Amino acid sequence: MRVVLAEDLFLLRDGLVRLLESYDFEVVAAVDTGPALLQALLEHEPDVAVVDVRLPPTFTDEGLRAALEARRQVPGLPVLVLSQYVEQLYARELLADGSGGIGYLLKDRVFDPDGFVDAVRRVAAGGTAMDPDVVAKLFAKEHHRDGPLSRLTPREREVLGLMAEGRSNAAIAQELVITERAVIKHTSNIFTKLDLPVSEADNRRVLAVLAYLR
Amino acid sequence: MNKLNIRTGLGAVGKGVPVLGLAIAELVLFCLFLTAVSLVGIGLGVLLVPALAVAVRSVVNASRGTAERWSGRAIEEPYLPAPAPEPGLKGQWQRTHWVLTDPATWRDLAWMLVNPVAGVVVALLPLALVVGGIGGILMPAIYRPIADAGTNYYLWVQISDLTSAWYCAALGVAVLAAGLVTGPALLRAHASLARTLLAPTRTAQRVRRLTHSRSEAVSSSAAELRRIERDLHDGAQARLVALGMNLGVAEQLLSKDPEAVRAILADTRKASAAALTELRDLVRGIHPPVLADRGLADAVRALAMDSPLDVTVNADLPGRPDAPVESAMYFAVAEALANAAKHAAPDSVSIDLWYEAGALRGQVIDDGRGGADPSRGTGLRGIERRLAAFDGLLAINSKPGGPTTLTMELPCALS
Repeated sequence: MRVVLAEDLFLLRDGLVRLLESYDFEVVAAVDTGPALLQALLEHEPDVAVVDVRLPPTFTDEGLRAALEARRQVPGLPVLVLSQYVEQLYARELLADGSGGIGYLLKDRVFDPDGFVDAVRRVAAGGTAMDPDVVAKLFAKEHHRDGPLSRLTPREREVLGLMAEGRSNAAIAQELVITERAVIKHTSNIFTKLDLPVSEADNRRVLAVLAYLR
Repeated sequence: MNKLNIRTGLGAVGKGVPVLGLAIAELVLFCLFLTAVSLVGIGLGVLLVPALAVAVRSVVNASRGTAERWSGRAIEEPYLPAPAPEPGLKGQWQRTHWVLTDPATWRDLAWMLVNPVAGVVVALLPLALVVGGIGGILMPAIYRPIADAGTNYYLWVQISDLTSAWYCAALGVAVLAAGLVTGPALLRAHASLARTLLAPTRTAQRVRRLTHSRSEAVSSSAAELRRIERDLHDGAQARLVALGMNLGVAEQLLSKDPEAVRAILADTRKASAAALTELRDLVRGIHPPVLADRGLADAVRALAMDSPLDVTVNADLPGRPDAPVESAMYFAVAEALANAAKHAAPDSVSIDLWYEAGALRGQVIDDGRGGADPSRGTGLRGIERRLAAFDGLLAINSKPGGPTTLTMELPCALS
């Protein structure tokens, strides 16, 4: 699987390259600035990009902007954004086109290599990988409002939370110690309660997240 | 002319009299003070100036008092704060320097010249008019010796016989009436004359306000630094030490007990994540990342998303203000939003940000229970202090029962 990597700190970039290569990814480009990232993404059109939010030359949200611009030019280009902090504002911008293939994780998540690589693979496959911190904040907020989420049962909320993180039905079943059949039942209930149409099964998981990002 | 006006008119006539006493005292002190100042050169003045300044200021303060009584508006003392008292000649010199470098001292001196001349005329004119008027009215009774003494005039009427004496009486009535009518106005004129010389100038008031807000800003930023230092010391730093120790133990156990090492390493990984979380929260408290990345509008939008309340944000900013100003407004809005969530229990909150007439403005409106009072809430005080450091202002409109509107204003330029 071909990866483009953008990270300005040499130590982290080096570590990420080694980590990804040890899991049999092919790092086709490892860049350290926003403009170089955009160029590499458009040139290589990788299977997935792993991008740090804060990059030179502005050291603000250069990486995020480059990733969004690349996705505008190559729709659905899978991007996993890493950040020192997670913000709902950025999560919303990343998910705004509703086409999946998006991840947004705290940098600390690379401490768990298996989990991190799993997230990279999910994003590459067109799924989502939202940081549990983002998901937790969404739930905290929705709790105070009479949004569509208030119609969900506690168990359905749990399932939706894990779904928003981007876990598969099998992974959710394992996490909650229930059968996969039960998970499928819960997810279809969630889609119904959130008024999400039955088509495009994969994207509905993204739309479910978007439903309460709004 | 009705009765009430006659009474106030008569009151005004008497009120001006003490000005004469004050004026005499002021003239005497003026001469003494100038003499003392001229003696600073030979050292004697250093002993005299501070003592005389006390006398000068108490007499001038009496003038401030009369002006307040006559106009109903207090005149603040404009003097610079006294230096820390030090004994001996050094302290005397410091106090002399303090007196002589205060512009208010010289404005006091100017007043002490103006008041005995213009001030006395203005304050005593009503009395003079009333007394003169009475003299004219009495003229028919007393004209004979005056007329006999030769050419004598009452105003422009030559007093020669009874007829002219009656003219004088008629004029006297007019003069008396003029004294009674103009009395209160002249007293107010005297008060405003006093105000122009004795009230703190706009610049002095501004200097005082800025000095105050600067000292608050300095002490609050010092407190902030202490908090950060303590958080680093007790939090992240301690965790990193523990991490290092864990790794040392793991190294020791590696060959003997790999299973124990695995457990230690798992712990260590969790501890490093916790240290990162603490550092992240600390950074967020100093300079929120979205503020750094995107500026005020998006930072406030991110704030709104994190708030448990239903918040709408409208921002219309044509540019970015300086980072400290931006940060002050951000934290002021954050505090206002936190206040609303904690106390007001609103259904919805709206935040507006705009730039108008050289100032960055923010308005936080909630439809909660209202009754916000800065004298009770430390949160509102905190906002005021934060804004005051940049010469900014907070206006609160919060009736009991709501809604509450906080308007914040920070003068600045946009880039």
